[in-house]
Amino acid sequence: MTNLFATLGNYFQYPFVKNALIVGVLIALCSSLLGVTLVLKRLSFIGDGLSHVAFGAMSVASVVGLTQQMLLIMPVTVIAAVGLLMGGKNRKIKGDASLAMLSVGALGLGYLIVNKFSKSGNISGDVCTTLFGSTSILTLSKFDVWLCIVMSVIVIAVFVLLYNRIFAVTFDETFTTATGVKASAYNLIIAVVTAVIIVLAMKLVGSLLISALVIFPALSAMRVFKSFKSVVVCSAVVSVLCSVVGILASIVWSTPVGSTIVAIDIVVFLVFTFIGFLKGNNSLGIQTKNNSRERKTNQ
Amino acid sequence: MSQLICDDVSLGYEGRAVTEHLTFQVNAGDYLCVVGENGAGKSTLIRALLGLKAPMSGTITTGDGLKHNEIGYLPQQTVVQRDFPASVKEIVQSGCLNKVGMNPFYGREARVVAQRQIERMGISHLQNRCYRELSGGQQQRVLLARALCATGKMLLLDEPVAGLDPKVTREMYELIAKLNKEDGITVIMVSHDIAAAVKYATHILHISHVPLFFGTKEDYLKTEIGRAFTDAAGGDEE
Ligand SMILES: Nc1ncnc2c1ncn2[C@@H]1O[C@H](COP(=O)(O)OP(=O)(O)OP(=O)(O)O)[C@@H](O)[C@H]1O
Ligand SMILES: [Mg+2]
Repeated sequence: MTNLFATLGNYFQYPFVKNALIVGVLIALCSSLLGVTLVLKRLSFIGDGLSHVAFGAMSVASVVGLTQQMLLIMPVTVIAAVGLLMGGKNRKIKGDASLAMLSVGALGLGYLIVNKFSKSGNISGDVCTTLFGSTSILTLSKFDVWLCIVMSVIVIAVFVLLYNRIFAVTFDETFTTATGVKASAYNLIIAVVTAVIIVLAMKLVGSLLISALVIFPALSAMRVFKSFKSVVVCSAVVSVLCSVVGILASIVWSTPVGSTIVAIDIVVFLVFTFIGFLKGNNSLGIQTKNNSRERKTNQ
Repeated sequence: MSQLICDDVSLGYEGRAVTEHLTFQVNAGDYLCVVGENGAGKSTLIRALLGLKAPMSGTITTGDGLKHNEIGYLPQQTVVQRDFPASVKEIVQSGCLNKVGMNPFYGREARVVAQRQIERMGISHLQNRCYRELSGGQQQRVLLARALCATGKMLLLDEPVAGLDPKVTREMYELIAKLNKEDGITVIMVSHDIAAAVKYATHILHISHVPLFFGTKEDYLKTEIGRAFTDAAGGDEE
């Protein structure tokens, strides 16, 4: 055990480990905050679709030879997110179908472009890295780190400031609109912020595993907690802890970062499901009693 | 002046009219019951009154100091996902959003308003409970408290008692009647319960593809259609 901590202590001297932890924590925090809303809005797939769009944009960027690929990926993904959300109302192709089309289309074209035009010899290795994010978080540039910090601060600020509105829009969009709150504007903001987070998260876990980062902490928290605030707080904590542990574990045992984090997320989810099961069984007996008492007092 | 004026309103979907030529007014303190068979367009009318759906023709105007976002609303069905985590308090407070303006958080004032509505609906003991674990009647009270946070003037209720047992149904009706009489809140309620409509309402709007009747309850009972409808429902009422 002391050996392990000594090894970790050694690793902390390297700036790339520090960078990886900073970026990992920020992305885990952002994606879990939005994850709760996305899962509840049944938009889990927007994460999947947008990450494929981001992958497509990334392959174009790498073929064209952009040094700062983010500058192309970010706008393209945001435009796709907005297009999906705003067009959703009165178009003929339903939301899930257009999302699936976009997702599969972007993935296919992205791979085609990389395959045809990439100068690198190891194509499948490159694609695999992009999809699973194997070590890119350990090779972050200064620019990446700062971009990530700025974006995360913006995303967190937006989430905190709009927290009450996001709750209202997620819980009951019709009522919220009916009482004069601009629900569609907040939906738009949620879409943009989601796109930003997904592009950032691609660096950490790669495009295929982004959905896991968005979904698992939220689902774990929902097994145990029952108010919106406690679920948001819990999923943020779970997500950050899993990412930190995952990054450290992957360095120590030299496993792929993304897959390690997801594996830990799955373990935590199972543990939370078990806790929820125990809690549910427990409180069920008490609640039925409470209920009958409440009915009486209502008379 | 009336709080709400519908002038020759026609409603429908994709160019096909559901109900046409509706003309009626609602004054402050009225209790209007909207009746009609399934698919007559009652929920559609409610959505139009809320400004969620534009009428195909005709105009809906508010007056008498009522603004469009000051209408509280209790939906026919709130399709809340089975796993949605939300406490009663969080839901009731969300009704105050139209009062806080640009302020990102609920101020003290909004919290006090929410607390008062929770007490008014008699659900203080439930306020930290999870919404989805409440009974149907308790859930309706929570949504009514949320609607009251959004308005002090007018409530639109779309079948507020659907699925409730007779006792809870009566409690719900009494609660709404009290809001109408004691607090002077205008009530527009969609209901299939014609007996209750006749008992509590001051005005009746009976719609089908064409409006069949609008006027006071007393006049309604004198009309052919009113008698036919109440007789049909009256069989199992007493
Ligand atoms: N989104 C929609 N698109 C197309 N047609 C619709 C839509 N919603 C309702 N309709 C149609 O409009 C008509 C009126 O529907 P509405 O929901 O207003 O009826 P209702 O009077 O509230 O009925 P109920 O008593 O069953 O609640 C129905 O014929 C229905 O099929
Ligand atoms: Mg209806």
